[in-house]
Amino acid sequence: MATATLDSRRIVDQELKKKRVFSWSQPWVYLVALVALALSIGPVIFVVLGGFRTNPQLLLNPGGLPDPWVWDNYGQILDPSTRFGPMFFGQVIASLSIALLTTAFVVLLGVSVAYAIARFNLKSGPVLFSIFAAGLMFPATIAILPTWMILQSVNLVGTWAGVIIPQVAFALPTTVVILTPFIKAIPKELEEAASLDGTSRTGFFFRILLPLAKPGMVTVGVLAFVGSWNAYMLPLFVLRVGGAHVPIGPFDASVTLPLGVQAFQTQFSSSTTMIMAFTSLAMIPALIFFLAMEKHIVNGLSGAVKG
Amino acid sequence: MSNPVVTVDPRVAKATRGSTPNASKAKRARRWRERLEVIGFTGPALLVFVLFVFVPIGYAIVLSLFDGTPTAPIRNFVGFQNFTEIFTTGRGETLGQPWFWNAVRNNFIIAAMSLLIQGPIAIGVALLLNRKMKFRGFFRLMIFVPYVLSEVITGVIFSLMLSPQGALNDWLTRLGFEQFTNFMWLMDTSAAPADAGFFSILGSRTFWAMFAILTWKYVGLAIILFLAGLSGVPEELNEAAAIDGASWWQTQRKITIPLLGPTIRIWAFLSLIGSFQLFDMVWILTGQQPGRTGLHTMATFMVDQGMNRNRVGFGSAIAIVLFVITLIIALTYQKFILSRDIGKES
Repeated sequence: MATATLDSRRIVDQELKKKRVFSWSQPWVYLVALVALALSIGPVIFVVLGGFRTNPQLLLNPGGLPDPWVWDNYGQILDPSTRFGPMFFGQVIASLSIALLTTAFVVLLGVSVAYAIARFNLKSGPVLFSIFAAGLMFPATIAILPTWMILQSVNLVGTWAGVIIPQVAFALPTTVVILTPFIKAIPKELEEAASLDGTSRTGFFFRILLPLAKPGMVTVGVLAFVGSWNAYMLPLFVLRVGGAHVPIGPFDASVTLPLGVQAFQTQFSSSTTMIMAFTSLAMIPALIFFLAMEKHIVNGLSGAVKG
Repeated sequence: MSNPVVTVDPRVAKATRGSTPNASKAKRARRWRERLEVIGFTGPALLVFVLFVFVPIGYAIVLSLFDGTPTAPIRNFVGFQNFTEIFTTGRGETLGQPWFWNAVRNNFIIAAMSLLIQGPIAIGVALLLNRKMKFRGFFRLMIFVPYVLSEVITGVIFSLMLSPQGALNDWLTRLGFEQFTNFMWLMDTSAAPADAGFFSILGSRTFWAMFAILTWKYVGLAIILFLAGLSGVPEELNEAAAIDGASWWQTQRKITIPLLGPTIRIWAFLSLIGSFQLFDMVWILTGQQPGRTGLHTMATFMVDQGMNRNRVGFGSAIAIVLFVITLIIALTYQKFILSRDIGKES
C-alpha cells in the first residue's frame, strides 16, 4: 500500500517534470527572458562599446559595432600621466575610502548599540530602539539643507568626513533595526556560560558576539557600502560646493566617482566617446563588487523589507 | 496596583549584612562598570545619530521661519511666510521660478505610474524567471545590473543615448520609424511654461523618457524582491494545482500571486516613498535644471531653491512640507495596507 502510493507519486512527479521541460511555453519564456536581458544590459553595452569608438565613428554609426576598435579613450583614462588618469584614479580612491570608512563606522556603531539594546536588559532599551527606528521616517533628502549648513559651521564642507558622518547617521536606523533582532536570536546560554567563566559583557562582545554576528554585519555593511558608493546628493552638497582639493600622491581625490562622472560629462562634452569610456570604467568597480555580493544585497534588501 | 509583597529570607539578609563593606564596594564598582559599558556601547551611535539626524531636522524647522541665505541662515525672521508662499503664490508667481504644485503633481504622477506600470512588469518577469529554465541564475544576475549602477551613471548613459545624435534616434531610423527621430528627447519644453495645463506633463516626451529610465533603473529591484518572495512559496502547491489540472497561468493567478501579496505590498511601500524622495535621476537627466522641462519634483525644487538660488529658508520650508506629505502617505499606507501583513505574521 505504502509502496504503491510512493510509486504513483514518483510517476506523477516524473510526468510533471516531463511536462515542465517540454512545455510548449518554454521557448516563449526564453524569448521574454532574452528581451528583458537585452533591455537591462543593452544601454550598458552601448556605452562600453562607445568607449571603443572615435567621435566621427560615433556620429556616423552610433548604433552598430565599433569599426575599427579604438583603445585610445580607455588607454588615456587609465594612464596616470595624462590629464584624465589622475582624475579617474583619484575619484576611485575617494569613493572607495568614503564607502569603506562609512561601512566600518556604521557596522561598528550599529552592532554595539544593537548589542546593548538586545542584551543589556536596559529599562531604556525599547525607547532606544524606537529612537533609532524613528530615524527610518526621516529620509536624508529632507535634511540636506540644514546638514549642509551645520557642516559649513564646523568646517567639514569639502572634506571626506563631511560626507562620512551624515552617511553613518542616516544608515544607523536600518542597521540597528536589522541587527537588534539578529543579536536577540543568538542563544542567551552562550552569554551565561561566558559570564560564569568570568568574561565581562565587553569581553563577550569582542570575543564571541562579533564573530557570531558576522552574517548580519555583512548584510548591513553591504547595504551601507552600496548606499555610500552610489550617493549623489550629499557629496554634491559637501564636495562640490566645498570645492576643496584633496591630493593623494599624483591623484586628485576631491570628488567621488558619481560627481566625477557628471563633471566629466560637462567638462568634456565635446568628446562623447571619452565620456563613454570614463563612464564605463566608473561602472566596473561597482559591478564587480555587486556581482560578488549579490546574495548579501538581496538578503539585505529582503531583510530590510521584512523588518 | 498593589504593593509588592517583599519576603526576605532572614539567612540571606544576615549574610548580606555580614559582608557589607567589601561586597557593596564590589557591587558599586560593578555597577559603575556596567554604566560605563552602557555609555560606551550606546553613546557614540546615539551621539552621531542625534547630532546628524534629529538636529538637522530640528534646524530645518528653525530655518524655514527665516528668509535666510547660506551665509546668513538665521536672519530676517518671516514667520510662516515661506509656507504661505509655497501654498498660495507657488503657481507661476514665485519670482518666475518653477512652481511647487507642479512638483507635487509630478511626484504623485510618478508614484502612481510606478505602482501601475512597474509593478505588473516586475511581477510578470519574476514569475517567468521563477520557472525552471537554463541560465536562470545568469538572467537574474543581469536583470540586477541596472539597479546596482548609480543614478549618475544611469543618467549619463541615457542622456548620451537619447541625445539628438544618439543611438536611439539611429536605431529608430534603421527600423524605419524616421518620423519619431530628431526629438529632443530630454529637452521637451512643452510642459514648462506657467500657462501650460496642469496635466500637460503627460504630453511631455521628456517626462515619458524619464519615466522609462526610472523603470529601467528600479524594476530590477522589484523583480529581485519578488523572486525572493517567490522562493518562499512552496513548490508542492504548484504541483498540487497542476495535478488538479490547473494551467500555469491559473496557478499563478490563484495561488502564487496571492501568496506574494505581502512582498508586493512592501515593494509598493518602498516604491511610493522613493517616488516622493526622487531627486538624483531627475537632477542629472535634466542637466540640473528640471524647471526648463517642467519636470521638478519636490526634492529638486527644494535643492534648486536652497542651493542654486540661495534661499535656504524657503528650501527648508519645502523640505518640511515634503516630509509631512511623505509621513502622511507612509502612515496611511501602514495603517490601511501593511497592517494586514503585520497582524498575520505575528
